[in-house]
Amino acid sequence: MEKFTRLSGAACPIDQANVNTDQILPARFLKWTRQMGIGKVLFHDLRFDAEGRERADFPLNRPAWRDAKIVVAARNFGCGSSRESAVYALYDYGIRCAIAPSFGDIFSGNAVQNGLLTAAVTDAEAAEIMDTIERTPDVPVTIDLEAQTIVCGNKIFRFTIDPVRRKRLLNGWDDVALTESFRDRVAAFKAADRAQRPWAVPRGEVP
Amino acid sequence: MTEPLTLIDKLWSAHEIVRRDDGESLLWVDRHYVHEGSFHAFGKLAGRGAAVAEPRLTFAVADHYVPTRGSRRDIANPEIGRMVRQVEENTAKHGIRLFGLDDPRQGIVHVVGPEQGLTLPGLLIVCGDSHTSTHGALGAYAFGIGASEVAHVLMTQTIWQKKPQRMRIMVTGHAAPGVAAKDMALAIIARIGTDGATGCAVEYAGPAVRALTIEGRLTLCNMSIEAGARCGVIAPDDATFAYLKGRPYAPDDADFERAVAAWSQLATDADAAFDREISLDGGEIAPIVTWGTSPEDALPIDARVPDPAREGSADRAKRVRDALDYMGIAPGGRLMDIAVDRVFIGSCTNARIEDLRAAAAVLAGRRSKVPGLVSAGSSLVKQQAEQEGLDRIFREAGLEWGESGCSMCVGINGDLVAPGERCASTTNRNFRGRQGPGARTHLMSPAMVAAAAVHGHLADVRPLLAGRSA
Repeated sequence: MEKFTRLSGAACPIDQANVNTDQILPARFLKWTRQMGIGKVLFHDLRFDAEGRERADFPLNRPAWRDAKIVVAARNFGCGSSRESAVYALYDYGIRCAIAPSFGDIFSGNAVQNGLLTAAVTDAEAAEIMDTIERTPDVPVTIDLEAQTIVCGNKIFRFTIDPVRRKRLLNGWDDVALTESFRDRVAAFKAADRAQRPWAVPRGEVP
Repeated sequence: MTEPLTLIDKLWSAHEIVRRDDGESLLWVDRHYVHEGSFHAFGKLAGRGAAVAEPRLTFAVADHYVPTRGSRRDIANPEIGRMVRQVEENTAKHGIRLFGLDDPRQGIVHVVGPEQGLTLPGLLIVCGDSHTSTHGALGAYAFGIGASEVAHVLMTQTIWQKKPQRMRIMVTGHAAPGVAAKDMALAIIARIGTDGATGCAVEYAGPAVRALTIEGRLTLCNMSIEAGARCGVIAPDDATFAYLKGRPYAPDDADFERAVAAWSQLATDADAAFDREISLDGGEIAPIVTWGTSPEDALPIDARVPDPAREGSADRAKRVRDALDYMGIAPGGRLMDIAVDRVFIGSCTNARIEDLRAAAAVLAGRRSKVPGLVSAGSSLVKQQAEQEGLDRIFREAGLEWGESGCSMCVGINGDLVAPGERCASTTNRNFRGRQGPGARTHLMSPAMVAAAAVHGHLADVRPLLAGRSA
C-alpha cells in the first residue's frame, strides 16, 4: 500500500448527505475486477445518463474537477454496503482523499486499507470548503496528514482521523505481516479458547 | 468487586488476543461467512500464495448473484454464471464448505447462518457484507467487513479492530398489533438518522425488544447498519436457546446444556455504563413506510409527505426536494395516496418464514393489484412455506413465487425494478438506484408490502387484519 503524507490537487464538491456506496459504485459493477478499469464507472449513475452521456450538472464532469484528487461531501459519506470496490473506484479514478463531516464505518475501514484518506471536518467546515471551491473551482487544496490540516485558498482547516488509521496511512502498513508477528499469541489464544469455549466450534467440525 | 460490564464488553474481551498501545485489538473470529462477492479477497490470497487458516470455521453460500427466477443451472448471463462458478472453485480449492446452488440449505447468508445453528450466542462473526449485523440477534458480535479484511480473516482467522463506543437503544412498552420488528427498526433510524449510531456497537434492550420473536430480532439487528452501527446485539434468553436447540451445527445433548450455561452469562450487568443511551416507547410505533432515498426518510403510514417549503433550514429543504424529485412524489400529499407499480417480498431483512406468514395472512383470499416477486430467504424457508401452502396464497394473489437469494434487494442477479417504477419492498435500502437504475423504493414490513399489493398504493395494513390472525 502506498504511504500517504501530503496531497495537493483539485477538490470536487459533492454537496449531498448520505452519499452511499451504491452511488459511488452501482451494484452491477461489483463483478468488475480492478484490471477492468473500475475507475471509469465511479459514480456511474450520477455521472452518466441512461444513454451513457455525461450529465453536465454532475461536478466531477466539470472541467475544473475532472482530474480531482479530493472529493468533499456532506455528512455520512460512504454509508451503506461494505463493497470495497467503492474505494477501488475512487482510488483508481485518481481520488486520494475524501473530506466530509462523517463517514460510514466500513467505508472508512476499507479506505485506510487502500491508502485513501478520510478526513473529518465539521458540517460548517465542509460547507465552507465546498462553497470556496464552488466559487473558485481552480483553487488547489493541500492536505497534510502529519499536521492534520487542509489548506483551501487562504484558509487552513484542521481535520480529524482516528489516530490508528492515521498511523496506518502514514506508514503504509501491511496488516497481514503485522498479524503474523503475533503468531504465537494467536496460537496460545486458540488453545486456551478451545478449552474455555468448546461450544464455539461448529458441531461435527474439528478445526 | 468487579466493575459491571455491558454485553458488548463481555463479547469483546472474550475475543481479544492482543491490545496494542494505540488502542487497536486483534480479535479471534469464530465464524467467517463468504459469498460470491468475496472473489476480491480470494484473489488477494492467490496473489500471496496464501492458504485459508481455518477452513472449517469458514462457510460459504451462493446468494448475491444466484438467479431467483428462471433456471438456476443454465444461468443466462455468462458474467453472473462466472460469479457463481468462481465461489464454487475458490471454496473447493481451500476446503471450505459451500451451501451452493445444488444444496438444499442454500439461501441468503444472513438467513442460513442462524437457520443452520452456525450463528450462536457469544460468537464473533464477520462477513464481507454490511448486513452481517443480523447475527447479533442471537447474542453474537457480528459485523460486516471489506475485501481486504476478508482476505486478512481468511489468512489469519483474526481481525484488527478498535473497540467501538457502546450504545444502548431501549424500546419500552408493547408494540401494538400490526406493528412489526421492521417498524421498530425504521422508527429508530428515523429518530437517530442513518449516521446516528456511527462508531457504535448497539445493544437493543427493553420489553418491546424482549417480546420480539427471534426472527423479529434478526430483522431489528439486520437494520443496525442502516443507522450506521458497527453491529447490533440482543442478549440471548430462553427464546434464543429454544430457537437453537436441534439446529444442525449447534451443540447437542450435554454440550448444549453446557453451552446454555455459558450463554446465560451473556447479559449486561446491572449498573454497567454505556457511552450513549436512547429510549423509545414501543407503544407509540405505528406501521412505517419510507418516502425518500435514505432509510431515515421514514414516517408513519398515516402521515403526509414532507414539504420542502415547510422545512426549517435551506439545507434540509434542498435534501427533501432532491429526494422527492427522484422519487417522483409531490410534497405535502398523503403517503397513502402514493400508487405503487410492483412489490417485492424478500432479502436478509424480511424473508424468513414468519415474514412470509405475515404477508400471506394479509394476501389470503385477496388479489394483488400490481405484479410482484416473493423470494424466500433460504431454500429451506421456501420448502417450509410450500408445506404450509403459503406459495399458493402468493400465486393466487397474482405474485411470482421465486427461488432464494438476494434477488431484487440489490439487483445484481438481474432481478431489477425498471427505471421510474415504484416498488413497495421488504428490503433494507431505498437508495437511489438500489433496486436498479432509476428504481424508486419504499421500505416497509412484509405485512405492509402485502397491504400495498392489495390496494395498489401505500396503505395501512391494520384494517386488512380485522378478523384475521396475523
